[in-house]
Amino acid sequence: MSGSAPVGVGRVMGIETELGITSTQRDAAGQPVTPMVLSGQVVRAYAAGAPAGAALPAAAGWDYADETPLRDARGFEMARALAHRSQLTDVEDPTIATSVLSNGARFYVDHAHPEYSSPEVTSPLAAVRWDRAGEEVALAAVRTLAEEGLEVRLYKNNVDGKGASYGTHENYLVPRSVPFDRLAAALIPFLVARPVIAGAGRVGLGQASERPGFQLSQRADYLEAEIGLETTLRRPIVNTRDEPHATPHLHRRLHVIVGDATMADVTTYLALGSLSAVLRVVETHPHLLDGLALARPVAAAQQVSHDPTLRATVELADGRHLTGLDLLEAHLDAAEQAAVSGHEAWGDPAEEPTGPVLRRWREVLDTLRRDPSEAAGQVEWVAKHQLLQRFSERSGAGWDDPRLAAMDIQWHDLDPDRGLARRLRAAGRLDRLVGDDEIAHAVAHPPEDTRAWFRGEVVRRYGAGGGVRAASWDSVVLVDGRGRLRRVRVEEPTGGRRDTVADLLDRHTDAAGLLSELSSEDV
Amino acid sequence: MSQQQFDRRRDSGAGDGPEPDATPPPTAPAAQHAQRDEALDSLLDEIDGVLETNATEFVHGFVQKGGQ
Repeated sequence: MSGSAPVGVGRVMGIETELGITSTQRDAAGQPVTPMVLSGQVVRAYAAGAPAGAALPAAAGWDYADETPLRDARGFEMARALAHRSQLTDVEDPTIATSVLSNGARFYVDHAHPEYSSPEVTSPLAAVRWDRAGEEVALAAVRTLAEEGLEVRLYKNNVDGKGASYGTHENYLVPRSVPFDRLAAALIPFLVARPVIAGAGRVGLGQASERPGFQLSQRADYLEAEIGLETTLRRPIVNTRDEPHATPHLHRRLHVIVGDATMADVTTYLALGSLSAVLRVVETHPHLLDGLALARPVAAAQQVSHDPTLRATVELADGRHLTGLDLLEAHLDAAEQAAVSGHEAWGDPAEEPTGPVLRRWREVLDTLRRDPSEAAGQVEWVAKHQLLQRFSERSGAGWDDPRLAAMDIQWHDLDPDRGLARRLRAAGRLDRLVGDDEIAHAVAHPPEDTRAWFRGEVVRRYGAGGGVRAASWDSVVLVDGRGRLRRVRVEEPTGGRRDTVADLLDRHTDAAGLLSELSSEDV
Repeated sequence: MSQQQFDRRRDSGAGDGPEPDATPPPTAPAAQHAQRDEALDSLLDEIDGVLETNATEFVHGFVQKGGQ
């Protein structure tokens, strides 16, 4: 396999976003249509309305073979054997619709929300690009439904303000050799402070907005534990789900569940860039992060989030008191120091992707320290806070006024006219890192430097008609020349890249042709 | 690769002479804030037409199932 592993703040990563969904639709009995059915409509509509080759039909299926909890029970032979139909989810039921897109993403119904899981990328900037592509995918689905006379609205947020929260999960590929307890210890104080630069902002304090106010993070009030396996109950700051979707003895997939869905480019960029940098420090210079353990992390997450002045301090295990800004600065200092150490895992610290992330991180921290309101072009919670605060000054509305709560929800509406973040972005008030052309390209095309390229390109080139039956993160199920299902596994996330498999795909016009050349070899 | 690319902020206070890109802001904070308020006002005017007219009902109706 040619090519080199990502260095510095680069690594294999991706973002999954569960979208909020509402509609005025009623069923035949006059009852509101359930969010499960609405979510199914959205996924089906994207596959139906998108240009040819943009997605597998929503009934095509997802290959769950690699997602069984019985990972250890599955042998290598099993992995390469024929796929059994029973392992594919055949989706006659629209409420479990799932589709694999030509950009390598998965667009599907996760319980009561449509979810866009971005393709695997290798840099924070690419993560922003394919995350924005997900907004366009969702929006295209809404428009197709509108043409069918079905009204649906989608919101890229994480709370309904009444107690329900739904996730935006980040995934990072981490070497299995890094001890998990070391990762967790480093991540807890960082994740407590990260909303200072990565929060989307929220009106209301407490899970059900019991108290009026504005806070930095959508998710802070829903964190109830330091470490744990759950994602829906007693949500932990560090999640221990270990489902690598990659060669298990080499990799761990770090699943970060505490982040906000963000619409400001720099916010998304810094959320992933800063975390990836911290992970690299843990890998190369873990001692640089010593001494940052918090006395009471769960309480600290809320203290940081509840203070838009950024002056609140949290207590460290050693008795010191630091602000969220202080904590992030300590992490950035460590990353800068490690980056120039000459360690090969950091690559050239001045170049993409590391230099721009660390410089931008420093700039934003300096701006926030000088005057938080000056960071409105970069930090989403600041932009939201500023707009709502000005509205409040003009109208006399307090933080308990429903007009501010409405604006908070409407901030996240994906509709370019109604969505306030989209309006600010269009008006140039949120700095852009990716242009509309790049986003449009990322809707249709996969990243070139991960296995998402193989997944996306077989969908785009061959599609269901050309024998692509289903996919998962590490497999594609294809129909061979005799009508049998064959699973092609791409276990390494940086396998199946354009530079390694483009010639192979170019030589064939359908899946059967491709399989004839593959025998049972992994790509 | 040197560390100075990341250390401009800290170095600039260390007496090596003024950095050209560390000049003070051209306008006073009060003027800046007034400017910002003006820009925010025009934005608020612009979005006024799309803001939910019945905020109470809209907020009340925004109910989601919990997710992950």
